[in-house]
Amino acid sequence: MAKKIVVDPITRIEGHLRIEAEVEGGKITNAWSSSTAFRGIETILKGRDPRDAHHFTQRFCGVCTTVHSMASIRAVEDALKIQVPDNARLIRNLIMGMQGVQDHVIHFYHLHALDWVDITSALKADPAKTSQIAQSISDWPKSSTDYFRQVQARIKAFAETGRLGPFQNAYWGHSAYKLEPEVNLIGLAHYLEALEAQKDMIKVHAILGSKNPHPQTFLVGGMSIPVDPDSQNAINADKIAWIRKLLRNARTFVEQVYIPDLLAVAPAYLDWAGIGGGVGNFLACGDFPTDNSPGTDSLFFPRGIIMGKDLANVMEMDETKITEYVTNSWYTYSNGDDKGLHPYEGETNDKYTGPKPPYEFLDTDSKYSWVKSPRYLDQPMEVGPLARVLVAYASGVPEVKAAVDYVLKTLNAPAAALFSTLGRTAARGVDALILAQKNELWLDQLADNMGRGILEVHNPEKWDPATWPKEARGFGYHEAPRGALGHWIRIEDQKIANYQAVVPSTWNAGPRDAHGQMGPYEAALIGTPIADPEKPVEILRTIHSFDPCLACAVHVLDGQGTEIVKVKIL
Amino acid sequence: MKTDGSVSQVAIPEEILQRIESRGINRRDFIKFCMATTAALALPVTFVPKVAQALEDNRTPVIWLEFQSCSGDSEAFLRANQPTATELILDLISLEYAEVVMAAAGHLAEEAKHQALEKYHGKYILIVEGAIPTKDDGAYCTIAGQSAVASLKQAVAGAAATIAVGSCATSGGLPAAAPNPSGAASVSEIVPGATVVNLPGCPVNATNLTATIVHVLTFGKLPATDRLGRPLFAYGKRIHDNCERRGHFDAGQYAETFGDEAHRKGYCLYKLGCKGPETFHNCPTVRYNEGVSWPVMAGHGCIGCSEPGFWDTMSPFYRRLPKVPGFGIEDTADKIGIGLAAATAAAFAVHGVASCFRKGNPKDESKVIKED
Repeated sequence: MAKKIVVDPITRIEGHLRIEAEVEGGKITNAWSSSTAFRGIETILKGRDPRDAHHFTQRFCGVCTTVHSMASIRAVEDALKIQVPDNARLIRNLIMGMQGVQDHVIHFYHLHALDWVDITSALKADPAKTSQIAQSISDWPKSSTDYFRQVQARIKAFAETGRLGPFQNAYWGHSAYKLEPEVNLIGLAHYLEALEAQKDMIKVHAILGSKNPHPQTFLVGGMSIPVDPDSQNAINADKIAWIRKLLRNARTFVEQVYIPDLLAVAPAYLDWAGIGGGVGNFLACGDFPTDNSPGTDSLFFPRGIIMGKDLANVMEMDETKITEYVTNSWYTYSNGDDKGLHPYEGETNDKYTGPKPPYEFLDTDSKYSWVKSPRYLDQPMEVGPLARVLVAYASGVPEVKAAVDYVLKTLNAPAAALFSTLGRTAARGVDALILAQKNELWLDQLADNMGRGILEVHNPEKWDPATWPKEARGFGYHEAPRGALGHWIRIEDQKIANYQAVVPSTWNAGPRDAHGQMGPYEAALIGTPIADPEKPVEILRTIHSFDPCLACAVHVLDGQGTEIVKVKIL
Repeated sequence: MKTDGSVSQVAIPEEILQRIESRGINRRDFIKFCMATTAALALPVTFVPKVAQALEDNRTPVIWLEFQSCSGDSEAFLRANQPTATELILDLISLEYAEVVMAAAGHLAEEAKHQALEKYHGKYILIVEGAIPTKDDGAYCTIAGQSAVASLKQAVAGAAATIAVGSCATSGGLPAAAPNPSGAASVSEIVPGATVVNLPGCPVNATNLTATIVHVLTFGKLPATDRLGRPLFAYGKRIHDNCERRGHFDAGQYAETFGDEAHRKGYCLYKLGCKGPETFHNCPTVRYNEGVSWPVMAGHGCIGCSEPGFWDTMSPFYRRLPKVPGFGIEDTADKIGIGLAAATAAAFAVHGVASCFRKGNPKDESKVIKED
């Protein structure tokens, strides 16, 4: 007899996610992914100035902050046919690149690590042996016996207060934890170090964009941070040097801490290279333009589709093939809920039909989530670092190929091992490493432009709405840390007529579609072993390997007939 | 009592320093932090020992609830430096529940919350991030099957103090922007009688959050606030009053387009839409990410994110504010706030959608524990 278990809230993610699963014979036999919160930002966008949209959309998410600003300004630029200056391309690459690195570091250490690292076991570690292991895997200087003894003592003192704060009631001691105490202690020490490192590396966003979270520097047509070697109020030589130092530190952290830790933890969990595969279809929209020509040929991470795990065949990604279903989501379509709609025609009315709170279980035979179900050619697709890295690997991008082959060789695993929970987590590390290395190149190019007197950061040609056509529509893409992101905008009479976003966690967390096909989370959970249904740490492992971001995923609503009227100021 | 002779009048008792050291915290860092905190709270240096004492005391339980949010305020918390998130979590507070960082999940996470609500009833600090949707019995945001409305009411009831962080929790923020599709409301609107300190901003400035926590730990009460429940130490002055580009404003030197020479030279951003003249916040002095920068410094105008209803009242963000030169610097937030509110109400009324407008978040002053 199957037992139904509920994990709500899934913690250590962005937003509100609930998983219901049936467990039989120690394995998950059925699963439902549900988002339990809704805001309705697209409705709010209707009727507003398209140049303002990025401020609103950036607030889809404060964890993967910046990403919805990027996609939004690109959508408006696509609609109005605006080419941005080269400096804007480079500043955007730097901001996106650092977002990728910092977000992945936070994910690996603060959102995901505690699924694999048992901090109570770390208290039993031998600091001398820990030091030996640490020095054998990396040149990172903080690796002495004294250092690990100090970390251990601090956590011991904390634990002895009997008040474990955010570490209480977790799955410590669970049979699924496999690391030896010394590796757990390394993980714990680096959990604390990464908390410091992430807030330092992200200062790149503050220098280029005023603050993080939610930098305030994006503009339709470019960026608002001025560059000028002869000004104290712009990016000058001093700020370039500061950014360079931060980029170098970030790269060192990834190369000497993140990647060695990933490779030290993975061998104990190689069984997870055969668990959590999911739908096996991958979509990447590509990103990081390498030159300033329009089009997508120059993207460092290529755009592409892989179907049925077939790495020999990377197909072209065509945004017109994307549709969204609401068959099992709390929305209705005017022509029936069983038909998928392209985002330009996107039509959504929120209609909650779930149980009245408080409730124990959702009615999973009917609508059960605030997330829609996006499909490509009617197929569910996984997006994220794994999709991005697979498309680049299969397309033969040299840096990606080298990094992936190195990881596979070190773990003595075949490429097929990538289609798994462990593969997803490893691909994120590869992604962070490559971005950490590329960032310095983009900074060099920016400095080179400045040295040659190229100071333009914004193309003002179409800034004045009076220069716009009466109607326009555009698609904005971004390969965000969590995967392929698309924004679609329709502009009429200088205002937003319709706005739709299909975001990474919509692709991954969506419920079943009209054909009953599961979304990637749901599919990935099938077959996952559950040792103790009361403590399903295994569910967290697979779900966290996707790095869920639910506030992003639930934003979609272009309500009917509500005109937004705002204060008219000069 | 032995004292650390090197810092004479602001001396922190040696025994406190020793206990702090025994917890693995660097003595110098701790002294520096106490001094910085005292300064952030605008207190004289003689308060340093009192601040140190408060910080050294047993960790105060904190419950962090997140509703219709983007987690940007939780992320801001992770960027805190005075003290850092690590120091807060390990040394200063006992973070009983916070979805973004806690190790536990599902029913075990909820169990931890319910135990804390009971065990520390009347003693914990409640921090709330995100707006609270009221549509359809609160079904637009549920956690563990319970509506945000119900969770909030339950947690506020036992809180010693409630801190609403970010613009969504303090005034409804983005979800409550017109036409407010989910019926989103602020903490004060859901629990009108509660003592709430509001720390708006999108996201909250981590320095203001840690300073507020430390204020409560030090004095056992909430800081003095304005009419909107915002601490005066952080929201007592307009951006414009302390702006590093104020000289250019007064001299009539404005950037006309992004990237022009005036923009590169750091001239005033008023003509590019800056809302600094109508926004009460300490961004120019505290800045973000450990004082690295803030929007005007990085060449983009203020969007007014600490003002209630700014998504509606301050947009379009790139249109210039009317009549700024006419403002006297002695105008108060309340006067300007009322002026803006009236203008907004009139605009909505004219277009027949007055229901879209929510009039900020007036505070009942008698419910706020004041300094004096």
